[in-house]
Amino acid sequence: MLLHERTASDLLGELERGSLSATDLARAYLAHVSTCDVQVKAFLRVNTDSILAQAENVDAKRKRGDNLGRLAGIPVALKDNLCLNGEVTTCASKILEKFVPPYSAHVVERLQQEDAILFGKCNLDEFAMGSSTENSAYQKTCNPWNIEYTPGGSSGGSAAAVAASMAPLSLGSDTGGSIRQPASFCGIAGMKPTYGRVSRYGLVAFASSLDQIGPLSHDLRDQALLLEVIAGHDPRDSTSVNREVPAYTKSLDQPVTGLTIGVPVEFFQKGLEPQIEQAVREALKVYEALGAKLLPVSLPNTDYAVAVYYIVATAEASSNLARYDGVHYGHRASQFDSMIHMYSRSRGQGFGKEVQRRIMLGTYALSSGYIDAYYKKALQVRRLIKNDFDAAFAKCDVIMGPVAPTAAFKIGEKGDDPLAMYLSDIYTISCNLAGIVGLSINCGMTSQGLPIGLQLLGKEFEEEKVLRVGRMFEQATDWHLRRPKL
Amino acid sequence: MAVSANDIRWVAHLARLEFAESELDHFTDQFNEILKYVDKLRSVPTDGIEPLAHALPIHNVFRDDVVTESLPRDAALANAPNRRGEFYGVPAVLE
Repeated sequence: MLLHERTASDLLGELERGSLSATDLARAYLAHVSTCDVQVKAFLRVNTDSILAQAENVDAKRKRGDNLGRLAGIPVALKDNLCLNGEVTTCASKILEKFVPPYSAHVVERLQQEDAILFGKCNLDEFAMGSSTENSAYQKTCNPWNIEYTPGGSSGGSAAAVAASMAPLSLGSDTGGSIRQPASFCGIAGMKPTYGRVSRYGLVAFASSLDQIGPLSHDLRDQALLLEVIAGHDPRDSTSVNREVPAYTKSLDQPVTGLTIGVPVEFFQKGLEPQIEQAVREALKVYEALGAKLLPVSLPNTDYAVAVYYIVATAEASSNLARYDGVHYGHRASQFDSMIHMYSRSRGQGFGKEVQRRIMLGTYALSSGYIDAYYKKALQVRRLIKNDFDAAFAKCDVIMGPVAPTAAFKIGEKGDDPLAMYLSDIYTISCNLAGIVGLSINCGMTSQGLPIGLQLLGKEFEEEKVLRVGRMFEQATDWHLRRPKL
Repeated sequence: MAVSANDIRWVAHLARLEFAESELDHFTDQFNEILKYVDKLRSVPTDGIEPLAHALPIHNVFRDDVVTESLPRDAALANAPNRRGEFYGVPAVLE
């Protein structure tokens, strides 16, 4: 395996032993990005000078014998909706084209404290609204396994960067599947932690009751490593939970004994492609062979999750995105007739079509006369979805199923059909509505050579158990070792 | 519940979004298609179900009422599209 194709945990060993310098490692990744990203287009910006300066600093600290952090010298790519003090952060939107945040996100500070190398800003669907990374105002990212296909979204840049070995780790955000679905499409691991596990401070808000930051990596040892660093309480996010962060890396290799896996019947119904079903069923057989018990469970309100989500998420987005007024920061139109016209023209020019559509839907769902029929109704069904999970988890340790009904789809395939795009999130969305843990790992390949994801769902704050269960699969199979040829 | 192009104009006004008239019909059609899909929620019985706004219990978080460091004025104003001295520049609101 080439140097840049290895995992972060593996590279950390070399860095600690002194057989590899952080600067040489950074140079290896920069060289790979310069040849590979022309095709993949995962990065919006890669600041070579800053990357080399960070790496040289880590090497100097090591040489002096200073204490080094847990990610010393490891490049981590960031989704471009995570604020980095002093560096442009666009959310892949024209409205934030020139926005330079005056502070860094909590997760970015945590990475810096652990001596990670902040390695470039990754493409996304504008404001994380989309499932293919085609809705970026700047570029369309391609799937490293086949560049005619999308990498999924909205964290498509973060997923493609890791899958193409242009960084060993990256961070994304997941509001309805935006980490798990691209991880699945790109054949890597990605987690949406429990709501409140990771501070959202400095994550540009989309839907505040659903958004959560999480890691993307080749394998689960690296998931554990990165989650351990970013999880934990932050007083600057009032929804951040003050609860001890387990040592995920320590317990990772302990199999869960007496494991009961809930298999929701609703995740294996019409719409699921046969190749995906077959790969997921094969993965379940691997667990059975390891001694796990498979238990059919029911999540009867699954069919309503997409509808609930597209009311709740758009309502919250319409409110969150009201801040883009052309006054404090962001784009302002050059000509207008009045204050109100300045707002509407700046927003009309600055936001892309999908963002506008969602703001409009949310505004409608919250408007006088419709709020009970749409917003309140959606929140009631949201409770029913949460109740379904509570009932299922009373009988099993984790729930397993597909991440998405299909493998990656072609660029342009869903064209101008927003509803078709929304339905690709059918299995990931309910996890955000219920606030629980969701993990995607690679469990197979289609006959066209595209990765297939297995989704593991766990109770709130059971990241540790979900990782251990996922690790059992990695120890029995080799899907996590595959890399695309680029 | 179908909406008309006029309804869309009104929602766009509420959302402060300027739309080209030429896009309005297509947008209205897409909007109606999505509304038709979400209307499936009407068939779910929800009488007496408490709405769930946050999946986990959320509490107000208070801090002591003491002055702490905040963003320096220059940093706060650095991204302003129109800065006038120590202020954000905006068009006249009152005639």
